[in-house]
Amino acid sequence: MSGTGAPLLSLRGVRKSFGGTRRRGARGGVAHLVLDGVDLDLAPHSCTVLVGASGSGKSTLLRVVDLLEDVDDGQILLDGVDVADPWVDADAVRARLALVFQQYNLFPHLRVMDNLTLAPRVVHGRPRDEAEAAAEAMLAKVGLAHKARAYPDQLSGGEQQRVAIARALVGDPEVLLLDEVTSALDPALVGEVLDLLLDLRTEGTTMLVATHEMGFARDVADEVVFLHEGRVHERGTPAQVLDDPQRAATREFLRRLHR
Amino acid sequence: MSETEPSERARARTAFRRAQHRRALLVAGVATAIVLALVAWVVTTAPGWDRAREAFFSPERAVEVLPEVAAGLWLNLRVWLVASVVGLVLGLLLAVVRTSRIPALFPLRMLAIAYVDVFRGVPLLLTLLLVGFGLPALRLTWLPVSAAFLGGLAIVLTYTAYLAEIFRAGIESVHPSQVAAARSLGLSRGRAVRHVVLPQAVRNVTAPVASMLVSLQKDSGLISILGAVDAIRAAQIATTGDYNFTPYVVAGLLFLLISIPLTRLVDAWSARHGWRGGLSTVSGAGGLR
Ligand SMILES: Nc1ncnc2c1ncn2[C@@H]1O[C@H](COP(=O)(O)OP(=O)(O)OP(=O)(O)O)[C@@H](O)[C@H]1O
Ligand SMILES: [Mg+2]
Repeated sequence: MSGTGAPLLSLRGVRKSFGGTRRRGARGGVAHLVLDGVDLDLAPHSCTVLVGASGSGKSTLLRVVDLLEDVDDGQILLDGVDVADPWVDADAVRARLALVFQQYNLFPHLRVMDNLTLAPRVVHGRPRDEAEAAAEAMLAKVGLAHKARAYPDQLSGGEQQRVAIARALVGDPEVLLLDEVTSALDPALVGEVLDLLLDLRTEGTTMLVATHEMGFARDVADEVVFLHEGRVHERGTPAQVLDDPQRAATREFLRRLHR
Repeated sequence: MSETEPSERARARTAFRRAQHRRALLVAGVATAIVLALVAWVVTTAPGWDRAREAFFSPERAVEVLPEVAAGLWLNLRVWLVASVVGLVLGLLLAVVRTSRIPALFPLRMLAIAYVDVFRGVPLLLTLLLVGFGLPALRLTWLPVSAAFLGGLAIVLTYTAYLAEIFRAGIESVHPSQVAAARSLGLSRGRAVRHVVLPQAVRNVTAPVASMLVSLQKDSGLISILGAVDAIRAAQIATTGDYNFTPYVVAGLLFLLISIPLTRLVDAWSARHGWRGGLSTVSGAGGLR
């Protein structure tokens, strides 16, 4: 692994279920346990790739890290501070992280430019011209400088995805959480986004990426983590996990992907 | 520049469509003419037609009363404008209070719910009578007691409740993933509401809000029952004594003159700024801290 020293972000025994257990007097229905004690360490400047079957909890894990879902149990340590504690200022934590959503979640009432500058202006109090200059540079990076004045619903799926990436990056996050960021891109664009992510890593951004694309995982990951039945079932370098899996479930998962 | 010549087939299709269009126009024209002729025949052959024409459609009387009725309409318009602005602001405020989760706002939230339940459930006419005759009975010296003020107040009370419900529906129509995206970027709950939820909520309900305002314009005529000299009351005054009801027709036409263009304007506006739907996602952003 390329990281050094203490991990920037660690998960310890993170559990998350949907449907009832957290509320007292849950009315019927068994809770659906999605994360059943996940442990994870992200070294600074490293890239960790989450793989796993659809529904294995990759998106849920990213949302939990971004404090968009409360955990049932366990710790989320950012720089050694447990941010899962309810007395921690969640807004401040979320401002240090950035999540690119699987469904993009762009703001439909705002132009691309305003999608990018909203948080810098409103959260970080940057003046508009400064925020717009940074946003323009970021749009140029993802090849969409000419779409700054468009509304999200005037963009193709791949363009929306790149705007979502740009919106996440423009805030200079310490940890970048990416959920299936290449699903709507053609191979040429996948290559470009990949280059962008590799650049970012060199610049020092720490990344946690959920993906179905093993090629992407192979190219960009320091560590591959296979999620299965709510736990980290197998972890290691891309070569270890993808080419020489040790456990039956991992082999089965990979075999289905390649079929 | 050489346009590609349409093929024989395309020309035949165009010709057919044109013929169909002509036929549709013809049918519509004939049908309209028949209906109009029928209505005119029924009305003009009615036994009382000559007297009715004299009593309701007297041109001389119309010209005579036009200034008074138009002056009354000016009051309607002012009441409409003020009531619209106040109703929009208070309605939006009520909707925000009602959908907020801030514990300190809990009593206000209960009040908002009670307010909406009461004023949406009571007929506007009743609210008008209660406010118009009830409030002055309290003899509050600081309270203006002009009929126009009290009537406007009653209308505001009722329409604020309607508008609050529309805005609430708008707020609830914004997908939770939008809040999740805003919060993910570091926006606090309040900022997410202000910059992401409310702008979308308001756009989502522009059409029903606008039609509410059109009907408010029309209901501003109800202040006449408190004695405010608006268009309707002016017409009523003009009819006393001579049994000529032309002033009412004039008032009606004046109301139409305002509300029809207003309705068309609103339709055109919402067609142009129509909301093209948001983005969707799987998971909500319910209990964010
Ligand atoms: N808000 C929610 N309420 C109830 N169940 C949920 C919620 N969000 C996710 N789930 C469930 O949690 C499980 C994991 O979902 P998640 O979206 O994390 O999967 P995923 O690994 O990202 O899948 P994919 O690869 O298809 O994106 C699924 O079974 C899903 O139905
Ligand atoms: Mg997912």
